[in-house]
Amino acid sequence: MAMRFVVQHLYLVCMACLFTAFFGLILGAVAYMFKWIRSFILGVVDVLQTIPVLALLGVIMLFFGASSTTVIIGIVLYSLLPVVRNTYTGLETVDPGVKEAAQGMGMNRWQRLFKIELPLAFPMVFTGIRIAVVTSIGIAVFGAVVGGGGLGSTINRAILIQDMDTLMKATLMLMAMAMVFDFGMSIIEKRLQAR
Amino acid sequence: MITYKNVCKKYDDVTVVKNLNLTVHDGEFVVFVGPSGCGKTTSLKMINRLIEMDEGTIYIDDQDVNKIDGDQLRRGIGYVIQQIGLFPNLTIKENILVVPRLLKWSEEKCEARVHELLELVGMPYEENAHKYPKEMSGGQQQRIGVLRALAGEPPIILMDEPFGALDPVTRENLQDELKILQKKLHKTIIFVTHDMDEAIKMADRIAFMYDGKLLQVASPEDMLRNPADPIIKSFMSKHVSTLENQSLDLKCKDVMSTDILLITEQKKAMEIMSLMKQKEMNWAIVVDEEKTFKGTISLQNIKKQGELTGVAQDLMDTKAETILLTADAKEAFNRLMKSRAKFLVVVSENGKTVGIITKSIITEKLANVVWGDLDWVL
Ligand SMILES: Nc1ncnc2c1ncn2[C@@H]1O[C@H](COP(=O)(O)OP(=O)(O)OP(=O)(O)O)[C@@H](O)[C@H]1O
Ligand SMILES: [Mg+2]
Repeated sequence: MAMRFVVQHLYLVCMACLFTAFFGLILGAVAYMFKWIRSFILGVVDVLQTIPVLALLGVIMLFFGASSTTVIIGIVLYSLLPVVRNTYTGLETVDPGVKEAAQGMGMNRWQRLFKIELPLAFPMVFTGIRIAVVTSIGIAVFGAVVGGGGLGSTINRAILIQDMDTLMKATLMLMAMAMVFDFGMSIIEKRLQAR
Repeated sequence: MITYKNVCKKYDDVTVVKNLNLTVHDGEFVVFVGPSGCGKTTSLKMINRLIEMDEGTIYIDDQDVNKIDGDQLRRGIGYVIQQIGLFPNLTIKENILVVPRLLKWSEEKCEARVHELLELVGMPYEENAHKYPKEMSGGQQQRIGVLRALAGEPPIILMDEPFGALDPVTRENLQDELKILQKKLHKTIIFVTHDMDEAIKMADRIAFMYDGKLLQVASPEDMLRNPADPIIKSFMSKHVSTLENQSLDLKCKDVMSTDILLITEQKKAMEIMSLMKQKEMNWAIVVDEEKTFKGTISLQNIKKQGELTGVAQDLMDTKAETILLTADAKEAFNRLMKSRAKFLVVVSENGKTVGIITKSIITEKLANVVWGDLDWVL
């Protein structure tokens, strides 16, 4: 098992999660702010997650070819749901008394969003990002099929040549990665919630 | 000056504020009072346009509030709510400075203002300015809530049941402080409550609302003496506590039960249990030789311990609250009704334990006072 694939895998996951966090936050905030488009956004991210990963990657490949871009876009679309949902729910569930006070003080809706609501919703947003990261470690495995590399390649090759040893190692590596991220991020999460 | 002119508010087909006309003068403290759902909050929030009116207008010094940008309008009016609503992500100082910053005050002016305001309520700057709201008690938080509303130097402050969520003692303190502040600062205050006692205590004039209509506007004395409507009369007799109404002066000693079992700290569990059995009681009060209150002990608690070797001192619960024999019965009543305490231990002025007050004891005694001796056939 080449270290190269591990690094590649991490690269895919990190890139994808940066985009997921960025777009997820924006979409979640837009869903919160604009009622008319809310059910559309929440509906679409919901549906995206029901598409089989391979089919999704196949469709994206039609546009971006077999490349890591395809994998990253795939992961982003697939892992958007927890971030968008949590951002939306986080904003929606900010204490109504706090929201009313903010409005009563004369903050406009953008000041309310950026100075009060988003900071207060952030712990919940972060939980969404953690779920997205852990999910995308698994999804990135499918990246090998569309030329994205990563541990998926290692696993594919190991299956072809029936190399049980490598297969085990790669699988354990994936599990370890998921656990490390999950654990590390949940510690940060606890800190955020405790504030 | 705030002037409501033919103001109406509808939700769907229901008119919740009906043709409201009212003038509040500069520096006046007006209290909206009335039963739940009568439209107090709605009437209040139409001033700063958190709720838009359907008909009529409200003028602030001859300016129609509907012609001012909502956010701009609200920056010029103080607002305090029952839920307090301090921003948990901001420090006390930042909370206080929300409006001054929105008004783009200079940094020096902001700094000076925070010092001045904290001083006003006797909360030292060094100790408090950099705390976060959740590090403070509810009462302190609402003090900051009031300061936050004052910070931008608005001439008008709107308060929607600001002390409604506080315990009776804190509530009383904040009411007093607000009265003093008002005398000092001459703000125009509109204050909403459904507590007639609070209205009478605070108001220059009380505006009584019922079912969306303003039934009477009068000074507390006038309203007490000449209620304009039977509804107001009944509301007042219900809310101005019966005791005050009949000018009875009941103390704790009048409403307590002296039927208690006192045991000393060194009594063994076995003995306590047999004493309880003798007296047909399932609890006792632990005292020392001087009869000074130490704690309470229940049969259940002893049984929970399993072994019966312990002494009272180790088995007792020290959390119980005490009250002075000479304290007002009303205070005991408030504490029982509004706190978690199931009973209060009554102690005399020289520290001796003399009795106990529970909800059912005080209710029975009060009923006796009001309606004479009743036969309690249960
Ligand atoms: N958003 C709304 N939609 C529909 N009806 C509403 C809405 N807000 C308030 N109402 C109704 O308007 C009436 C007046 O409400 P308001 O909040 O002004 O009462 P209130 O006097 O402040 O009562 P409380 O003492 O319970 O706070 C109530 O009957 C309430 O049910
Ligand atoms: Mg109300």
